[in-house]
Amino acid sequence: MIAFILRRLASAVPTLFIVVTISFFLMRFAPGGPFNLERPLPPATMENLMRTYHLDQPLWRQYMTYLGNAVTGDFGPSYIYHDNNVAQLIGKGLPYSMELGFYALLLAVIGGVIAGTVAALKQNSLIDFAVMSVSTIGVTVPNFVVGPVLTLIFAIMLSWLPAGGWGDGSFRFLILPIIALALPQLAVFARLTRGSMIEALNTDHIRTAKAYGLPVRSVVITHAMRGALLPVVSYLAPCAAALLTGSAVVETIFTIPGVGRYFVLGAINRDYTLVMGTVILVAIFVIVFNLVVDILYGLLDPRVRHD
Amino acid sequence: MASLKLKLSAAALIGSLLIGVSPALAEAVLHRGNAGEPQTLDQAHTSINIEEFILKDLYEGLTIYDAAGKIVPGAAETWDLSDDGIVYTFKLRADAKWSDGSPVTAEDFAFSFRRVEDPKTAAEYANILFPIKNAEKVNKGELPVDQLGVKAVDEKTLEITLERPTPFFLELLAHQTALPVSKASVEKNSADFVKPGVMVSNGAFRLTAHVPNDSLTVEKNTHYWDAANVKLDKVIFYPIDDQAASVRRFEAKEMDLVYNFSADQIDRLRKSYGDQVHVSPTLATYYYAFDTRQEPYSDVRVRRALSMAVDRDFLANEIYSGSQVPAYSMVPPGIESYGEPSKADFADTSQLDREDKAIELMKEAGYGEGGKPLNIEIRYNTNPNHERVATAVADMWKNTFGAKVSLVNLDVSSHYAYLQEGGKFNVARAGWVADYADAENFLALSVSTNKTFNYGHFENAEYDALMKKSYEEQDPAARSKVLHEAEALLMKEQPIAPLLTQADLWLVSERVKGWQDNSPNQHLSRFLSVAE
Repeated sequence: MIAFILRRLASAVPTLFIVVTISFFLMRFAPGGPFNLERPLPPATMENLMRTYHLDQPLWRQYMTYLGNAVTGDFGPSYIYHDNNVAQLIGKGLPYSMELGFYALLLAVIGGVIAGTVAALKQNSLIDFAVMSVSTIGVTVPNFVVGPVLTLIFAIMLSWLPAGGWGDGSFRFLILPIIALALPQLAVFARLTRGSMIEALNTDHIRTAKAYGLPVRSVVITHAMRGALLPVVSYLAPCAAALLTGSAVVETIFTIPGVGRYFVLGAINRDYTLVMGTVILVAIFVIVFNLVVDILYGLLDPRVRHD
Repeated sequence: MASLKLKLSAAALIGSLLIGVSPALAEAVLHRGNAGEPQTLDQAHTSINIEEFILKDLYEGLTIYDAAGKIVPGAAETWDLSDDGIVYTFKLRADAKWSDGSPVTAEDFAFSFRRVEDPKTAAEYANILFPIKNAEKVNKGELPVDQLGVKAVDEKTLEITLERPTPFFLELLAHQTALPVSKASVEKNSADFVKPGVMVSNGAFRLTAHVPNDSLTVEKNTHYWDAANVKLDKVIFYPIDDQAASVRRFEAKEMDLVYNFSADQIDRLRKSYGDQVHVSPTLATYYYAFDTRQEPYSDVRVRRALSMAVDRDFLANEIYSGSQVPAYSMVPPGIESYGEPSKADFADTSQLDREDKAIELMKEAGYGEGGKPLNIEIRYNTNPNHERVATAVADMWKNTFGAKVSLVNLDVSSHYAYLQEGGKFNVARAGWVADYADAENFLALSVSTNKTFNYGHFENAEYDALMKKSYEEQDPAARSKVLHEAEALLMKEQPIAPLLTQADLWLVSERVKGWQDNSPNQHLSRFLSVAE
């Protein structure tokens, strides 16, 4: 097991290297640069800036410098947010995104699995129909609609919850963003669980267990659930990586100081180093969660063993 | 029924728990929506007005804008100008202090200005102080930094020597780039001098907390010379770039001020909030530039015809819901030293007459129906409003001249990079927001030597000569007259078609007192207070 984990971590290095290299060069194809503003800068100022940030050097040298620094944990200055470097920006924002993402993930997984299981057990009933309709809405209605509607009802009309911001970090500031963030994922988990649960309930070993007269609860929870959760677990990796690294949309709607918005801001402002920082961040999260999921798979599915 | 009642009371209970008990606040706090995260709090790197709002609460320049947007003494109490208009001598306030209690000295200002011009600093707005002697050469690395024309004569006397007389120099000094830094603090903390807990400032407030993308808190600076008249204890800036989110937080009463919201909200907000909605024309012009290097835009008749055919009232009222004003001059109204701008000669005729005249002109030039085909490409930076304007203008040109108009849009960086690098185009959208309240700031854009901003490469010797004359003219009235002549010529030639004067949109809660709309868009929290 430990050898497996080490092997996987070692293989992450070339993956990261390829991701960094491709993004570094791809990004430079976009026209303009970090200092092409709506208000153009005079040529002399531009020259001073390009020199200060070493953007006047040949691209390959900038690339080598970047790689060299990144290895030592220096992800460079942000070209747009002068007062912070990329590591500081991400370091300050990530805890907010992760806290929000963690609760949203929890809500999505627990809520989704329960809803999906209930729907599967009462297949084609009114409950099933209701769960599936709601989850269709959850998937199809984007959170830039859900978010403002939630604020409109709970913050502006009822004045129960804040309309946005992190405030003092108390939970009431988090409720609406968690719901907006979790809803689409919850719907996906519900659909996945329902599908695989129906399949699991129709397998031979479940039928055998039922024939033995085991109570329904134990059949579902100990026997069917184990098989039914496999697709859910595989979806967990990309979902966790996406939720924990922040959502640009939800963070913008609820004005949460997370890292999600840096993906978009970095790209629009041609803040090259910030873009690289966010790319590396997501890559690491994806790699780590894929690993976690593979380990979980080993625990759930006896056919998979990491010896 | 019983269960319904139970549910309702449970809901009410949860509701009251969620709201919590808000203690009666003894201190006066202004919650100020600020339209985006500041990119920096360093005077040498600031370039946008959401930074300006914060920085001008923290620091005080030699001159400042008062609540009505007029230039008044700031850190300098008085000043003298030599007869040749070259040497300014500023007397700093005897009681001007930094937030750590140390005195604000002339050397602090001299140090700050040298820092901005030092090429190693790479200040974005170094050009604001270029009128100071040797500034441009210092900034280009051609002269050492100590050659800059600033000198601390004694602790409270600052002497600034200019390259040439600059009638709008006092406006320049009110720009955020000209705000002072504490020499001691910058030398001790270097780049960290901008951080909360470290920053030393000389304005009405001092920085106490900053969570990027969440909030920035400033508190009253007790060492400020006029602290007795500062009514707010605390100002919290919310850096919200999502306009809809800002409005929602205003409606939830979480913010007292909102800067910039979507124009299509004006009618709805006016209905709910009445005169808390402020539409204040600003020193900013929305214009289309013609590429005068190529046919047919090298022909003044074509340019004038195209400009006349644009129904500006439609753009202002239908697309911007009255949040922008039709413009017929490059310089927007509201500049005190300039007065009423020189409008294009067709400004006072009706749109129908303009169109008839435009068709005539276009025929004379030999384009459009019955002449050479007119294929026009409009370039603009990606933005729903710019797209609506471009679509409407395309339609007007199609209907008036039978022109074939196509639209091309690029994101902001690419659009301006293309224009700055001298890329060829037909018609391009551009905007200009004043750096300082002077007509020169708008008219210098079209001087032939201005390679960066003169997108259409307009070359007119007479215009260049008039602008040159305006720099040499000492007498304000005579200078204003020369600038009016220059603008009249520019409007006759129409290398640029001004379309709209932009407006700043503010939501100002009725809690806020002391607010005055003004065209330089200057709103120091120092002049504001909140009702209990």
